[in-house]
Formats: sequence, C-alpha cells, structure tokens
Amino acid sequence: MRTAFIETLLELARLDERITLVVGDLGFGVVTNFMQELPKQFVNAGVAEQNMTGLAAGMALSGKIVFTYSIANFPVLRCLEQIRNDVCYHNANVKVVSVGGGMAYGSLGMTHHATEDLAIMRALPNIMVVAPNDPVEAKLATSAVIAHDGPCYLRLGRGGEPIIHCPDVEFELGKSIQVRDGSDITLIVTGGLLPNALHVAEILNDDGISVRVLSMHTISHLDEEAILRAARETNAIFTVEEHSILGGLGGGVAELLLESGVGPVKFKRIGLKRIFSSMVGDQDYLRSQCGLDVAGVLATITDTLGLSTSKWNVREVVAK
Amino acid sequence: MKSNGGPEDITALNELAARIRYHTLLMVNKAKSAHIGTCYSMAELLAVLYGSFLRVDPERPDWPERDRFVLSKGHGAAALYAVLSERGFFPVGWLETYYQNGSRLAGHVTHHHVPGVEVSTGSLGHGLSIATGMALSAKRDGRTHRVVALLSDGECDEGSTWEPVMFASHHQLDNLVAIVDYNKIQSLGTVKEVMDLEPFADKWRAFGWGVREIDGHDVTEIQSTLSTLPFEAGRPNCVIAHTVKGKGVSFMEDKLLWHYRTPQGEEFADALAELEARS
Repeated sequence: MRTAFIETLLELARLDERITLVVGDLGFGVVTNFMQELPKQFVNAGVAEQNMTGLAAGMALSGKIVFTYSIANFPVLRCLEQIRNDVCYHNANVKVVSVGGGMAYGSLGMTHHATEDLAIMRALPNIMVVAPNDPVEAKLATSAVIAHDGPCYLRLGRGGEPIIHCPDVEFELGKSIQVRDGSDITLIVTGGLLPNALHVAEILNDDGISVRVLSMHTISHLDEEAILRAARETNAIFTVEEHSILGGLGGGVAELLLESGVGPVKFKRIGLKRIFSSMVGDQDYLRSQCGLDVAGVLATITDTLGLSTSKWNVREVVAK
Repeated sequence: MKSNGGPEDITALNELAARIRYHTLLMVNKAKSAHIGTCYSMAELLAVLYGSFLRVDPERPDWPERDRFVLSKGHGAAALYAVLSERGFFPVGWLETYYQNGSRLAGHVTHHHVPGVEVSTGSLGHGLSIATGMALSAKRDGRTHRVVALLSDGECDEGSTWEPVMFASHHQLDNLVAIVDYNKIQSLGTVKEVMDLEPFADKWRAFGWGVREIDGHDVTEIQSTLSTLPFEAGRPNCVIAHTVKGKGVSFMEDKLLWHYRTPQGEEFADALAELEARS
C-alpha cells in the first residue's frame, strides 16, 4: 500500500504543483524519489509532528494540497489538536497519511501500533477517514483524497499486502466495494484484513454458508445503503478491523444498525479488545494472538453463529 | 512606511489604540468575559499593524497578495475584532454581539464568518506553525507578502511554539515576523515565577532569528522597527515587545488579577472614565 501511495502521489504531483508532501523525518527509501524529483513540493519538518501539521494547515490555507506523512500514531495522535483545530476547523486541504496502520510495525512494540486512530479521527468533523484494504484501493484512495477538497486521513499498511482487486475496480469515497456476494452472512472489512476475510469466506462457503464480503475503506462516511442492505438480505453481520472494537468500523456499523430500525440481525465486532498488547511479534503473529488471523476470525464467526465445534475445528480447517 | 490605507501619523495610531481599548472595555463588560489585560497589552501593536503596516484591504479580505496576520494568542480576540471593525472589515456594531448567543464573535479568535480573520486560534502554541506554513508557501510561490504572528509570552511555554522557531530559521523565512507581547504575566503568576523565559531574546537569536526588543506601547518605535524588516537577511524576524498587562487603565496595569477579572460596576465606570480622560 505504501508503494502504491507514494507512486501515485508522485505521478499526480508532477501534474499539479500545488501538491506538497510534508514528512516528519520518516520515509527512508520511500519518499526519496519524490524528494529528489520535486524538491519544491517536498518538506521535511523534522521530528516535529505538531509543527508538521500546523505548517501543513498554513500551506493549505495558502492554496496548496498538502500531505503530511509519518508512521503509526505519530502523524495522528501526537498532533491531534493541530488536526482538530488547524486542519479540520479550517477545512484546510490537508491529507494526513499514516503508514503502518494497526500492528504493521509488530515487533517495534505498542508505541508503534496504531490501534485507536480510526475511532479518534472518525470523531472529528470535516475529515474523510479512509483505510484501504489492498494496494489497488490505496492507489485509488490517493487519487480520491486529492480530488476531495478538504481534510482526509489515509491509513495505510506498511507494505507487501496482497493485491485483491482488479486495477479498474470502481472506487468512490464513502462507497464500499462488494468483493463477493453472499446471502447468509456479511463480513465488513477495513484497513487491510480483506485477504483474511476472503479466506474465511471461502472456508465457510465450502461448508455451504454463503458469505458476502464488503470492503469498507471509508469509515467516516460509511456506505449506509450497503450495510443496511446486508442487514436485510443476510442473517448476520461481522465487522473485521485491525483496530479497537470501540469507535472504529465496528462502532460505526453498530451505531448505524441500532438506529436504523432495520430489525434483528446478528452482529459482532471483530477487532482488538480494549487492552494494550505487550506481546512481541510480527504482524501475523500478533494478529493470530488477537484473533484476527483466519482461524481467529473464523472461530469468532462460528461461535457467534452457534455452529457445532466438532464440525468447526477451525485450526484444522484453516490448515487445509 | 508604505501606507495600507489606515491612519498615517503617530497621533492617529495612538487614537486607534485608544479606540481598541474603548471597544474592548465595552465588549468584555457586556460579555462579563476575561482577558482584558491581554487585549490592552497589545493595543498599540495592533494599532500599528492594522493602522499602517499590514498590506490588507478591508474591501477584499481574501485578496491573494495581502499580508497575513495570525493572532496566536487567541484569547485577545476582543481587541482583534475591535481593530478589524475600526478598519472596516465589518461594521463596528458587530462588536456589541461579542460573546453573545448567536454571535459570530467568539471569545477566542474565530475565522468563521468574520471577514479579516485569517485563522482561528485559542489553544496556545498553534499560530506560529500556521504562520510558518504561510510564509513557506509565499516563498515557494514567489509572492512578496509578509506573514506576522503575534504570540503571548505564556505560549512560549509550549514546545510546539519552538518547533516552528527552529523550522523557520532553517528555511530562512525572512518574510515571517513573530511578535511576542511580553507583558510578563501569565495565568497563575508572573512569567518569571511560572516559567522564566529569560534570557528570552538570546533564545530567539540562538535559534537563528533576527531579534529586536522594543517598547510595545510606543507606536513610533513599533513603526520604525517594522520599517527595517528583514532585520537580518535570510533570517526570520522576532520582535520582543515589552508591554504592560492591562496598559491604559491604572488599576489594571501589571496586575495578575486582570488576566481573568471582568470590569463591572464601579470598576467599569472608573476604567471608562480613565480611557475617556486619556483620549
């Protein structure tokens, strides 16, 4: 996703000199080409995220389209008030980019895990919060946030995520992408867990359970129509995110379902519990420990649906 | 100094400062609000900025070539609204609505629906970064306008104030001016007691800025200092304006109490009488 983002940004910045990239002294080997080719559209603010963000607001209020860039929580929580007051309140054309959403920087530890960012950003007015699920979405989201006049938060993976979509997949901020159709249950996914969700869907499908999968890349402006349709047309909805179950995708979908009066539908948020992880390990390991790997997601679904445990020895099923 | 359409001479600028104080007194009295002391310490600074220095046009608040002014000490909102209305950005009558239900004029600087206000402030330590971004943009776009940020001394406690201080000199933003209203009193005590800033000018110099220390109530000195920008080629400019909190009303001057106290009853009448006697 990181590569898809920076390549797209460079491509578009060549065509539009208003596009400026402001980094917080991170992006070694990532932003180098941009920095060398377009030095007048590049700023390294140093290790100073508050200034990076305030500066970006000032540049945006002077007519530029400004991307701030750092990793994990640094461009989000460290400078939250600058995002709230200087960017969002002024509707400044600033795009906050975080690389390494969720636990992508696994072994670096808790300080480098962005696991509450979506909830916090989603609570702010005026900002479009986007967490792509694969490199194709990351590329299309980069173009889309440039086209969107106003604050955006783009939460990306660290790199190496599998490509799910065709390059010409239809992408629009605020509209989900239905990756597979199904009539029994729906998985709604954001921020990079789409491959796991699709794997789970295949396993369930082999056993006669028809699974719909929606990529909900925009979580500030949920695709309400697609969610409510899923609630009407399928029997259960599961949200899947590498983020706290509080306030992010799961929280947003829960709010919508309860207020919509759509009627009884089984619902479960799959994500991180409200605890800090002090475990050490890479992203896959941490996902497995937190129930976000294929086996973990499958187990939560089968438990919630009350499927027989003998039939669903999930680790064995996944191993096949 | 190049005229901006405002009053040209020293007497007129002093009169503008007096009107800022007069409006502010009425506003904070009606609003029963705080921060009159901080408004009064910067009255002459605002008078010179809007009276003669800033290249702004009340008829075209969004004129692209205008100088940008950021009041980083957003709690001084009443004085800013007063000078903007005096310069014709909006009717003076609006000032009566300050702080009131349904008004446009909030107790901290807000830009929404208020012509002439560049940015909203109120949380300290934000304004200089925004101004620095504006100055960097101007440089990169080959524009000649200046960007001025007016800071409080108290907000120099904020680490986020010093981030752009470092950045601006590194990027040689000599089109940027930071004026510090150094009235020596912050919220819970004197600056010296709470968080001593001294040696203050040396700190800015050490960060690579051209620095001038002036009497922030002397309009002649303010004007002549600003006429020598940039102070040093290739360096951002810092004006440390030595001021008196509550300046202009004897019983408010240099008193911590008047950071928060609102003038009501006899105190209001006495303050009004003093201002009228001086004008």
